[in-house]
Amino acid sequence: MAFEMQALQGGFDDPPRQASFAFRAAMMAMARPGDIQHIHGGAAPAPCSAAAATLLLTLCDRETPLCLVGNHDTDAMRDWVNFHIGAPIVSACDAQFVLGRWTAVPLSDLPIGTPDYPDRSATVIVEMDELSQTGAGLSGPGIKDRASLNLPDIAFFQDNNALFPLGLDFYFCAGDQLAALPRSTKVEG
Amino acid sequence: MYVAVKGGERAIDNAHTWLAEERRGDLDVAELSIAQIREQLKLAVTRVMAEGSLYDPDLAALAIKQARGDLIEAIFLIRAYRTTLPRFGVSNPIDTADMTCDRRVSATYKDVPGGQVLGPTFDYTHRLLDFALAAEGEAPVPAPKAEPRREPTPHVTEFLNKEGLIQGEAPNDETPPDLTREPIKLPGTRPLRLQSLARGDEGFVLSMAYSTQRGYGRNHPFVGELRIGQVPVEMEIPELGFSIEIGEIEVTECETVNQFTGSKTEPPQFTRGYGLTLGMCERKAISMALVDRALRWEELGEDNVGAPAQDEEFVLMHSDNIQASGFLEHIKLPHYVDFQSELELIRKIRREVAQAQTEQTQEAAE
Amino acid sequence: MSQDYNFAYLDEQTKRMIRRAILKGLAIPGYQVPFASREMPMPYGWGTGGVQVSAATLTPDDTMKVIDQGADDTTNAVSIRKFFQKTADIDVTEETSKATVIQTRHRIPEEDLREDQILVYQVPIPEPLRFLEPRETETRKMHALEEYGLMHVKLYEDIARHGNIATAYAYPVKVEGRYVMDPSPIPKFDNPKMEMAGIQLFGAGREQRIYALPPYTQVVSLDFDDHPFDPSKADAPCDLCGATHTYLDEVIMDDAGTAMFVCSDTDYCRSRREAGHTGAQSAAQLHEVNA
Repeated sequence: MAFEMQALQGGFDDPPRQASFAFRAAMMAMARPGDIQHIHGGAAPAPCSAAAATLLLTLCDRETPLCLVGNHDTDAMRDWVNFHIGAPIVSACDAQFVLGRWTAVPLSDLPIGTPDYPDRSATVIVEMDELSQTGAGLSGPGIKDRASLNLPDIAFFQDNNALFPLGLDFYFCAGDQLAALPRSTKVEG
Repeated sequence: MYVAVKGGERAIDNAHTWLAEERRGDLDVAELSIAQIREQLKLAVTRVMAEGSLYDPDLAALAIKQARGDLIEAIFLIRAYRTTLPRFGVSNPIDTADMTCDRRVSATYKDVPGGQVLGPTFDYTHRLLDFALAAEGEAPVPAPKAEPRREPTPHVTEFLNKEGLIQGEAPNDETPPDLTREPIKLPGTRPLRLQSLARGDEGFVLSMAYSTQRGYGRNHPFVGELRIGQVPVEMEIPELGFSIEIGEIEVTECETVNQFTGSKTEPPQFTRGYGLTLGMCERKAISMALVDRALRWEELGEDNVGAPAQDEEFVLMHSDNIQASGFLEHIKLPHYVDFQSELELIRKIRREVAQAQTEQTQEAAE
Repeated sequence: MSQDYNFAYLDEQTKRMIRRAILKGLAIPGYQVPFASREMPMPYGWGTGGVQVSAATLTPDDTMKVIDQGADDTTNAVSIRKFFQKTADIDVTEETSKATVIQTRHRIPEEDLREDQILVYQVPIPEPLRFLEPRETETRKMHALEEYGLMHVKLYEDIARHGNIATAYAYPVKVEGRYVMDPSPIPKFDNPKMEMAGIQLFGAGREQRIYALPPYTQVVSLDFDDHPFDPSKADAPCDLCGATHTYLDEVIMDDAGTAMFVCSDTDYCRSRREAGHTGAQSAAQLHEVNA
């Protein structure tokens, strides 16, 4: 019963409006790697952050295979996804979206697109303890001079960038904070 | 002197008011009702349904009225309305063997089980204007009625199939792609091609088919069968666990029997082309079958002779009259910024040419 | 606001599909993302791609500006602005600086855009290689292999024949050294403005493609060392506001063909005149309005 109640809650009250604001934040984040946006309106079972729940409600539906990893792959989370989003839950190699903590994401299994269709690649939603504009130095499209973000790794993102135009795109979530790192961003330690 | 052109908004409003007035025409003439259009301009209605990809005769009739009889405009209205409709589910594939045929003819056999049914066709009318129709109010003589067949009407190609004389079509339960929900990916598949042709412009598909008959990718078709009539539409209701009939639609189906293929290892077989449209769209269904057949050259091991009807990308990307007419007509929108940039460029090039000529003349003079 | 349709007309599932395409476009600048363009209640070729991108991007708090040929009052701009007023109940403006979302056909506003502004382009043919190779199956391969030799050959042939590159609008650009991109049919004068602070989104409805440029993305107009790119314009000042740095429309004034030049960006010209700038014929125009 508790599970069912949890599954029914945490969707948007007013999807057209809330999704539009959430998308604006998601777009601003993706267009300006390292910028930290605030995004809210959704609430999913723990340990999913408000930012990640809102992002899922905004971007995912029956047409987007979703992979839940690590401690985000729970019955409660699957019920919530099933009720609010309807995204098919799949394994990493078929995923269009992935949700979990950095250490749990099977990075090498995820689709990185093809030379003909580099857009057919996964977007990874990484749950973080906190986001801050410190650490790794970022440059490239969307960044005027240089930006910083506390990325969970350096070498991986450098390798990912080297695959361009193929590669993975990332969102980082902590509470209601959201930042992004597309494959186009150059990363320095 | 110059004042920037203003008043676009007022111009649009006035144009719309004038359009409404023109649509109604002379007020001394009775207004057309939707029912009149639906009943008396049925072939226009079915074309709008077929190319609008929406089976609703009343809406199609409304669209024709609103579009002042411009069928492509009416199709556009239906398409734009259709995209806003929520999707409640997906029907089971219709079984045209279950059709209550109003018309069914085969060109390949003198007679077939289920019979040849000529139906309400223009085929053998003499195309003489009937001035009697100009006088209103006369009810037509009722046509004689026969009992409809209760049992399914078998497809003519099935008789050939039993003997192995025609290339078989493997059953496929894969959900076909939906070009209204996914971008077209090329090279496409036959289900994608058939969907595209079914909603493609009748004139375009007709001309493509005609070009194959004249030798641009000839494939020697016989109309194995043409049938028009009502078929039941069933839908699986998950809550019930079984299918129920949710209504009937009229469709036109054409199967062509085409020249056989074969090789040293494979005995020759006839091949097939297929056409299916919503409503009574006979010309379109036959055309579609010919174009479908032409597009199958690769699958059937034929040569691509470079005929337009064999070119999948060409056919699929240009068959849609809403896309075509929109893009064609957009050239009447203002383009003066681009035109200005070309003016600048052509003046510059001409200046340079003139200068070069002057220099040459001077050099020659010196 | 019309109750019959969802906010900004499109249903939420369609918006999500378009939003996903926009994000992939931003992640791969200059790459054309296929999307399942919907049939809109306006004709293909009249801005259906831009309208779908705007509809998926707008929030109820946005202020929108729509221009066609640089002007807010051209009929198709009026029509699109009305569509969003009706279906999204948003504020609209003619002032570039007050707009948060600007949908455009054929121009980039003269005023520099800010970081919080979004420019949505209507694109008729998104494929820069289309007029060299009509087949999508071929051009897709060329982009995948970064095979842009054909484009350079075409531009070089122009130079051989005309002494100039004979492309005055929709002048191809290379994005971040990777994808050759069609900037939409803007005059080449506007190309250098594409390296900007705002987000640029491109929608091609009929051709089912979306592409994007994040802020400050490197956008280079294709050229040759001995024939550098030349963002030319009419060699004249605006006859109304005197600007010498703006793109100009040439207006035929009389049967003798006398021409005057005026800013194509009508809002920019208006704001300059309000700030006291004058051109050769501004007095005459004033007289006309007063009469």
